Amino acid sequence: MKVTILQFPGTNCEYDTQYAFEKLGATTEILWHKADKIPSDTDLLVVAGGFSYGDYLRSGAIAKFSPVMKAVTRYANNGGKVLGICNGFQVLTEAGLLPGALKRNDGLHFISKHHNLKVIKNDNIFLKELACGDILNIPIAHHDGNYYIDEDGLKELEQNNQILLKYTDKDGNIKNPNGSVDSIAGVCNNNKNVFGLMPHPERAMESLLGSDDGIKMLKGFVSA
Amino acid sequence: MKAVVNISLKAGVLDSQGKAVHHALDSLNFNNVNDVRVGKQIILKLDETDKTKAMAEVRKMCEDLLANTVIEDYDIELS
Repeated sequence: MKVTILQFPGTNCEYDTQYAFEKLGATTEILWHKADKIPSDTDLLVVAGGFSYGDYLRSGAIAKFSPVMKAVTRYANNGGKVLGICNGFQVLTEAGLLPGALKRNDGLHFISKHHNLKVIKNDNIFLKELACGDILNIPIAHHDGNYYIDEDGLKELEQNNQILLKYTDKDGNIKNPNGSVDSIAGVCNNNKNVFGLMPHPERAMESLLGSDDGIKMLKGFVSA
Repeated sequence: MKAVVNISLKAGVLDSQGKAVHHALDSLNFNNVNDVRVGKQIILKLDETDKTKAMAEVRKMCEDLLANTVIEDYDIELS
């Protein structure tokens, strides 16, 4: 299993992401954004978190024009498995590979804390090893994590089982930290090969650091 | 030619910054304000001198980069 991790100027979660997937037994490669192709042995492509291009204009808006993004789009359109975490999620929505957009948090503050997430759908290659209703304790760290999609778009997401994660409390009741429509924390595309989420599973790999629920989530990503 | 692009959240998309500013104005006793929307302004200096061509070009810039049309509207003033 080979995980390729994208790095833009301003990305800062690439090494945490590398640590997480290597802990799960994958081999990894960090790919600078000037690359014009994705390594052919890539099984999972991760757009890591951070502040690509300083979040100038809008989070992810400039990164979508990085040279590597054409290759990312080709990779995704050919069915390649793509994961966007935090800023990576923002980049994938800006690039049109995922529906919706991420706005400034409702409370206007940068939020950095552990939060509970509920698995909503598991009929996809990402969360297949989790059960619907499972609760995971995963950190969030974002300023622009307020997921927006219009009503028609939301209906489509529901009909196609594209809403994979929602923010909840530890008992699974909706608890919305940032104003996201329907408390959505993560969505996938219609073909279910591109997945984006605002929380950081790669930061929940050691119980000593508050939670190792990231292992439960990510181990399904590296199994065949 | 100069192009001034104003970008704001679409009507119906909750503008949290606008709401916070509205609240602050209210607490300063500016009570006659019905609604506040916060946007951004991008000013471009263009080599183009033809107004129609300039408008088409700036509109494309807005669609491709300057605005996220999922959540934002834009308008363009040329002078």
